[in-house]
Amino acid sequence: MSGRWSWFNITSVVIGFAFLYIPIVLLVIYSFNESRLVTVWAGFSTKWYVEMLGNEGLMDAAWVTIRVALAAATVATVLGTLAAIALVRHTRFFGRTLFTGMVYAPLVMPEVITGLSLLLLFVSIDMDRGFWTVTLAHITFSMCFVAVVVQSRLVSFDMALEEAAQDLGCTPMQAFVKVTLPVIFPAVLAGWMLAFTLSLDDLVIASFTSGPGATTLPMKIYSQVRLGVTPEINAVSTILIGLVAIGVITATLVNKRRMVADARAAAAR
Amino acid sequence: MAQPEQANRTGGSEAFRRIAIVVPYLWLLALFLLPFLIVFRISLSEPVLAMPPYAPQFDWSAGWQEFLEALSQLSPANYLWLAEDALYRNAYLSSLRIALISTALTLLIGFPLAYGMARAPERLRPILLMLVILPFWTSFLIRVYAWIGILKPEGLLNQFLMWIGVIGEPLTILNTDTAVYIGIVYSYLPFMVLPIYATLERMDHSLVEAALDLGCTAFGAFWKVTARLALPGIAAGCLLVFIPAVGEFVIPDLLGGTETLMIGRTLWIEFFANRDWPVASAVAILLLLLLVVPIVLFQNAQARAQEKAK
Repeated sequence: MSGRWSWFNITSVVIGFAFLYIPIVLLVIYSFNESRLVTVWAGFSTKWYVEMLGNEGLMDAAWVTIRVALAAATVATVLGTLAAIALVRHTRFFGRTLFTGMVYAPLVMPEVITGLSLLLLFVSIDMDRGFWTVTLAHITFSMCFVAVVVQSRLVSFDMALEEAAQDLGCTPMQAFVKVTLPVIFPAVLAGWMLAFTLSLDDLVIASFTSGPGATTLPMKIYSQVRLGVTPEINAVSTILIGLVAIGVITATLVNKRRMVADARAAAAR
Repeated sequence: MAQPEQANRTGGSEAFRRIAIVVPYLWLLALFLLPFLIVFRISLSEPVLAMPPYAPQFDWSAGWQEFLEALSQLSPANYLWLAEDALYRNAYLSSLRIALISTALTLLIGFPLAYGMARAPERLRPILLMLVILPFWTSFLIRVYAWIGILKPEGLLNQFLMWIGVIGEPLTILNTDTAVYIGIVYSYLPFMVLPIYATLERMDHSLVEAALDLGCTAFGAFWKVTARLALPGIAAGCLLVFIPAVGEFVIPDLLGGTETLMIGRTLWIEFFANRDWPVASAVAILLLLLLVVPIVLFQNAQARAQEKAK
């Protein structure tokens, strides 16, 4: 689409982004507030960050969350990539419609239903709730997001490349690892990051499937927020937002540099 | 890609092909489909004071006769009760109403934003796109939490409005339906903007110019050309906002008031506060039934997009 960028367009973009970002900016600003009252500015201070680091419950929850997210994202990436291969390359197998439905359904399933159903499964097989049940639950819903991300990349992959590798003596497995995987790797990585942040964020499914000793950070934040707004939560939030922003911006820049490098290489040829 | 013989040849060895299908398939059967069957079965049970808190229990070792007896104790009583109770009926209707209004509001804000982004100079677009995606990666809970400090009676919005002199008394916004609308629009805005932007960016603007040359008014050209062409994106965006909004729990719980009825929250309360697992299960099944039509629409749209991508 081309044409003039009118004042109306600029205004709607500015208002839209103001709406998206002002709440986050305010949250970050008030994490540096001296006062315990979140809405009254009383001077700059980093004391809530110090307090947060000393809060053992919060730190334990953060550690549980990171372990769950690392484990869940890694397994979900493997399963999701396999599911994407099945969806794109295998057009006929028994129960493909059911399989496709099961991959897409979790994307739009209300979290309360996913959480409840997994909990009832764990109860009925008498599995102790805790770290592993949360991880299993997170793998299950995030693998579907990975599958969709990888699938969109795999669709445009030129199968002739893999066939050529096989003709040149690779086994199918080697051809996949040496040829296809490097090409779809950005999508696999994006899938991993998506699964990691989904797991990091999840409150509802974790609340259903977790047990004693496995309180995740969102569960901890939620229980404190219900008691009222505290600057400590603002401090935790600011750190989480900062990490995510750094991750996303780096990924975007790396992608861009890569594209520029690819373009130059193509031009030099 | 559609020919099975090609898929066979290119899929490589039978073992690799089998792993790619069987492993995720079994995983989803065990951890996605089976749990639903369990929810359905428990929704037909009745609550008891025990662990697990529902009856009848199926004891597989007790023999066929016992099993049949337990089976005959299942009843749709919970569903009948839910249908009769005005509280649940209202919760369903109010979920639908809140989700519909929020989706419309999100479209109202999201469309001009997506349109403005699509009209932006080309070098700016990747940055704008990243700025829309960035909030999507940051924690949902934190973004909802951020609004509490803004919407409180002594919060920043009221301070600001009183400072510029629009209002003399603080407005009560937090813990009302208005706060829930704001929360949903805010949280799901990227889901609306991204699909609309994708369709608008591909659009050929000379079509609009042609419509103007042929005598359309600016609004007429927008309505007859731009809005029509963006329709698939608008539909996708609306579904992506509406579906999760119906079952939303966090936003009504943190921003809504005690009278804000939403079905996701009702399910949570039945389960955690009342510990009535059978009723919670029945609520879940009914919520799913409510979403079947939009979910099928979404899946069809996905499948069509996949076909196009091939």
